[in-house]
Amino acid sequence: MNLFEYTRAETLDAAMSAATEDGAILAGGTNLLDLMKIGVVNPTRLIDITRLPLHDIEEHDGGLRIGAMVRNADLARHPVILSRFPAVAEALLSGASAQLRNAASTGGNIMQQTRCSYFQDPLSPCNRREPGSGCAAIGGETRNHAVLGWTEACIATHPSDLCVALAAYDAVVEITGPDGLREVPMESFHPLPDANGTGPAPLQSGEIITHIRLPDSGGMARNARYVKLRERTSFAFAIVSAAAALEIQDGRIVQARLALGGVAARPWRARTAEKALADQSPTEEAFARAADLALEGAAPSGDNRAKITLARRIAIRALTRAAAGTPDRLPALPASVFEGDCNG
Amino acid sequence: MADVMNIQGHVRLGSNAGQSMTRRDGVLKVTGRATYAADNRPEGVLHAVTATAGIARGRVTHLDTAAAEAHPGVVKVYTPANRPDLAVSPDEKIHGFAWRTEALQDDTVRYAGQPIALVVAETLEAATEGSHLLAPRYDADTPRIGLDGGVPFQPETISIGRPPSLEVGDIDAARTGAARHFETVIETPAQYHNALEPHAITAQWTGDRLEIDTPNQAIGLAKQSFAAYLGVNPAHILIRSPFLGGGFGSKAILFGAQLLVALAAKDLDRPIKLALRRDQMYGPVGHRPATRQTLKLDVDTRGHIAALEHHTIAVASSFDDFIENASNASHSVYATTALRTTHAGIRADTGTPGPMRAPGEATGSAALEVAIDDAAYALGFDPLEFRLRNYAETDPATGMQFSSKALRECYAQAAEAFGWQDRPLEPGSMKQGRLLKGWGMGTAQFPCPMFQAAAHATLRADGSAVVETSAADMGQGAWTSLAQIAADGLGIDIDRLEFRSGQSNLPDAGVAGGSGHTATAGTALFNAGADTIRQLAELALNDPASPLFGADNAGVTARGGRLYRNDDDTRSEAYEDILARAGLDLLRGEGKGAREGEPERAMFSHGGVFAEVLVDPDLGQVRVSRLIGAFAAGRIVNPHLARSQLLGGMIWGIGFALQEEAIHDVRTGRFTNADLAGYHIPVNADVPMIEALTVHEDDPFVNSLGIKGVGELGVTGTVGAIANAVWHATGIRPKRFPIHPESLI
Amino acid sequence: MTQILNLTINGTSQDIPIDDPRATLLDVLRERIGLTGTKKGCDRGQCGACTVLIDGRRINSCLALALSYDGAEITTVEGLAQGELLHPVQAAFIEADGFQCGYCTPGQIMSAVALIAEGEAGLDPERVREGMSGNLCRCAAYAGITEAVLKATRAMNREDAA
Ligand SMILES: Cc1cc2nc3c(=O)[nH]c(=O)nc-3n(C[C@H](O)[C@H](O)[C@H](O)COP(=O)(O)OP(=O)(O)OC[C@H]3O[C@@H](n4cnc5c(N)ncnc54)[C@H](O)[C@@H]3O)c2cc1C
Ligand code: SF4
Ligand code: FES
Ligand code: FES
Repeated sequence: MNLFEYTRAETLDAAMSAATEDGAILAGGTNLLDLMKIGVVNPTRLIDITRLPLHDIEEHDGGLRIGAMVRNADLARHPVILSRFPAVAEALLSGASAQLRNAASTGGNIMQQTRCSYFQDPLSPCNRREPGSGCAAIGGETRNHAVLGWTEACIATHPSDLCVALAAYDAVVEITGPDGLREVPMESFHPLPDANGTGPAPLQSGEIITHIRLPDSGGMARNARYVKLRERTSFAFAIVSAAAALEIQDGRIVQARLALGGVAARPWRARTAEKALADQSPTEEAFARAADLALEGAAPSGDNRAKITLARRIAIRALTRAAAGTPDRLPALPASVFEGDCNG
Repeated sequence: MADVMNIQGHVRLGSNAGQSMTRRDGVLKVTGRATYAADNRPEGVLHAVTATAGIARGRVTHLDTAAAEAHPGVVKVYTPANRPDLAVSPDEKIHGFAWRTEALQDDTVRYAGQPIALVVAETLEAATEGSHLLAPRYDADTPRIGLDGGVPFQPETISIGRPPSLEVGDIDAARTGAARHFETVIETPAQYHNALEPHAITAQWTGDRLEIDTPNQAIGLAKQSFAAYLGVNPAHILIRSPFLGGGFGSKAILFGAQLLVALAAKDLDRPIKLALRRDQMYGPVGHRPATRQTLKLDVDTRGHIAALEHHTIAVASSFDDFIENASNASHSVYATTALRTTHAGIRADTGTPGPMRAPGEATGSAALEVAIDDAAYALGFDPLEFRLRNYAETDPATGMQFSSKALRECYAQAAEAFGWQDRPLEPGSMKQGRLLKGWGMGTAQFPCPMFQAAAHATLRADGSAVVETSAADMGQGAWTSLAQIAADGLGIDIDRLEFRSGQSNLPDAGVAGGSGHTATAGTALFNAGADTIRQLAELALNDPASPLFGADNAGVTARGGRLYRNDDDTRSEAYEDILARAGLDLLRGEGKGAREGEPERAMFSHGGVFAEVLVDPDLGQVRVSRLIGAFAAGRIVNPHLARSQLLGGMIWGIGFALQEEAIHDVRTGRFTNADLAGYHIPVNADVPMIEALTVHEDDPFVNSLGIKGVGELGVTGTVGAIANAVWHATGIRPKRFPIHPESLI
Repeated sequence: MTQILNLTINGTSQDIPIDDPRATLLDVLRERIGLTGTKKGCDRGQCGACTVLIDGRRINSCLALALSYDGAEITTVEGLAQGELLHPVQAAFIEADGFQCGYCTPGQIMSAVALIAEGEAGLDPERVREGMSGNLCRCAAYAGITEAVLKATRAMNREDAA
């Protein structure tokens, strides 16, 4: 890790003016410090925003406004999250470990970098790390790479579980910068790569995420789930994952939400699938048709064709679980395919 | 340094050997007071970090030492250009247990992650950044990686000095007579020990004397090795290794950075500490290599194996010769009239593999148990029934009788605890909700080697005693179980025993490995105690003032700190009284532990392991919902700790079967997952229900104490049991480990 | 430039001069003030060996920039026992053999103390397993760890009731 200057921001303005080119914002540090240790990012200034007044969760219009510094663990325990946005809680609790969730912030979770192993290896060419250098993942080990929205410039996936659930709930990212406030929907916050590179940076120089807004989940509150396929029962990133929320009235779907994780450089909101589900009965057949639509255009970016099948199936599973209703208490193994089926 | 063995605070559940007792070092470990090598902070200590190669093959052409040395806090950078001399090249194999290693002897790179420089600094942060600033440039060759990328060769020996092949009986004749032929090809990946404690060393010189704190599984040997490479009198080296944060084979062997730290500490005349980063443990400190194994099984109409062939191709490094002896796992488990095993090697640009918990046995057993299961199903046999049909009454490889073998009882007890009798034969027949459920089994077997150990026992005037041997406790519980044995040897209660161990100025206890440490060091300790008691008895028997006087032919027994006449239990005398009358403050005995002569029996620990898995039929994720093993391993010194060893081994089986795999990018030879987030090992949630039962077994042949070993046994059998359960759930036979979700959909 | 970091560690407030802004809380504890009970297994948040409590919450001290925690209250494994009296979690780890080599143990114990305080797992073994999954144990003492956490939870419930 290179030497840097450490400053604790006392005001948002101070943070913004410091968060330029060679400066990095330090929240929980669980991603930033990790990447600094392995030499992937080398900021010369660190601006600590942990003391900024961004720690609150406010209720507004049936929804929530979540401060960027709200820790993942606290967000997952918030009563409104548990009662009205249970897929967010389940996604959070399936991510990382209890220790990491106590440190990780909402803003940091959204801004965390891909786990592409070539991105993490400063000796490998990587357009994301070093624009124009190429993409070492192509032709390499691609089991964790994208099947949707990728280009030859980058085939990485975004690793966040939280973002998948947030995207499904139409969350909005509130950003403050030198030019004032702007808002971006979660589902399009993370750029997809284009032919030449990884796309425009999600934040401009000096910009800071201040809040995440979750609009009222309406009639979907108790029909929402997150499911995550992993290589071990806990403490692993998703191979693929899905968040689903349904509003069901009189045996018919009024509205549906579906987002996939582990498949693209952003949480993949499956709008066509959602539309196709409207006014359908919540059956496995309907979910299977929707899942087909969700994976339309999917293509392996390497030796990862199986992911397309897995993503399709996890979409069905999430929808099926959502239709069955969110359990009053989240399962012992949140988002697991096992849930705690073998209580020993 | 704390004298770690004096700490009491354990919970007594009985008395001495054979009894459960919590760890004597438990209090130290739960309070953070147990001192591991990197916990030492000698006055004025400097921190060292190695820089490692980013290519797998070629030469280092440039290191920016100026940039590194300009970084605030950096004291010195060592490269091949300025590294102080060693007495012996690290490429020299100074003994059979020495691995060629890299200590900056030249600019060649033979695997990615190889040390290419050592940076010493006032702080860890500075040393770390210094190592980055070296920004090496290379002259790189195309790396040769993996089973298919390397250069095949025929090894002269496998493992450590063993013959690469074995042929018993007439394979072709046996095959002609058989009804069914089966062939199984299975691949296993490169796995890394990943002890939770990274390899570390703190070295400090006082004049020509060197003190080293480093975790080591073979302390006596390590002293000899350090002495040889550094050109120092062994008597001037003190190695302390009171606690190892896990070893699993990777801390038995010296590696180059340890030598560099010792050299630099001398050069700079300051104590130096180095701890490997996790990613640096993927290369210089050994691993279990990738294998491709082919099993050929010929079975007659009654379900008896007529011919068994096991062929292994294993990856080796380009510069040393360790070959994973996987085929040998088929030597002694199942009866067969003809047996053929072979090994071949592939030279690749990786660090040299080495023994990793159940080396050969785990890898070979995984493949063998799958092949056996496959044959059983094809022939319509229950997997347990088929194994019983092929129960080896004598050792197929040598024709010898087993020293003891309670495998039948193991099968029976584990099967009963598991509920195996209800198992339907057909795969895919059981469900739990949406999930597929499968049951599988495997046979565990592990040899019972003994090494060389020596120990001293000293009885003190107050009847208490101290025993000494340089044993290593890497978690197996040596501090406790060896003390239990020693107390028995001396005939005293364990609470009156001081146990000194874990450093090199004590009698050499040999290696903690091969599951032979308790047996070997235990025998030495017991004999040392017995030698002491023999002398004590002599004093008493020849002393007319002793109530034991003249017991000569009847003899005496030592128990509870007293000697008793065998022919009259009412006549006894306390140790302290015998010593007092003889005017002795101390009475000292010595003991050795080793196996005498060539063994006349085949000696193995055994077990039966039964696994239940749940498999998501759509997504392929697997969870081992129940894992039950029963094991027979001779005399169990401390059931409480033996159970932990067996459970640990079984959980390693879960990792092997479902998770562990180091992945190289074949283009660069660098790993894509050299950490603990990408290289998965089991977490707590992976182990919902597990049990290890122990089956009583008396073994009069294995050694005088009847002790076998439990450290590695649990890994064997378990991998196969899980793979077979996955098959039983899904109907899919794994072709490679680990079994990924993608392969089950 | 040396900055002064104030931490209350195991109940004692300390001003610690920090000569290097890069220092993590883990390296401050281990290398600068000699509290080596807390272990380093990966230095990257992947193993849990470095778990300590910050203001009562468990975190990985290897990914905590020390300067960022100025003013915090830290509890490490050294701060659990009261004199010779072990904390119920420590005692339970010994009894249930919740460790072998002991290297992950300080982290496991700190994690268990927090897990019990969080109060969400209770006596459900499956929730305990999930809640302890951020602490790797290569010796794989998991059965003992789970048993120890359950034992300690029961013991602490009894204490509370008494
Ligand atoms: C071993 C391990 C396992 C993990 N497993 C999972 C998992 O399974 N699922 C999952 O979703 N995640 C996982 N994570 C990732 C973890 O969730 C993130 O590291 C964490 O959420 C980042 O939050 P932080 O506050 O620590 O961010 P930091 O590390 O402080 O920051 C991360 C990035 O965000 C920027 N940033 C932070 N806050 C703001 C802001 N308000 N405005 C603008 N930029 C900002 C920083 O500059 C930095 O670039 C894992 C991490 C580790 C180490
Ligand atoms: S996939 Fe993207 S992040 Fe990974 S190496 Fe290629 S460009 Fe970099
Ligand atoms: S050392 Fe901090 S999590 Fe491993
Ligand atoms: S006890 Fe050794 S790593 Fe847990």
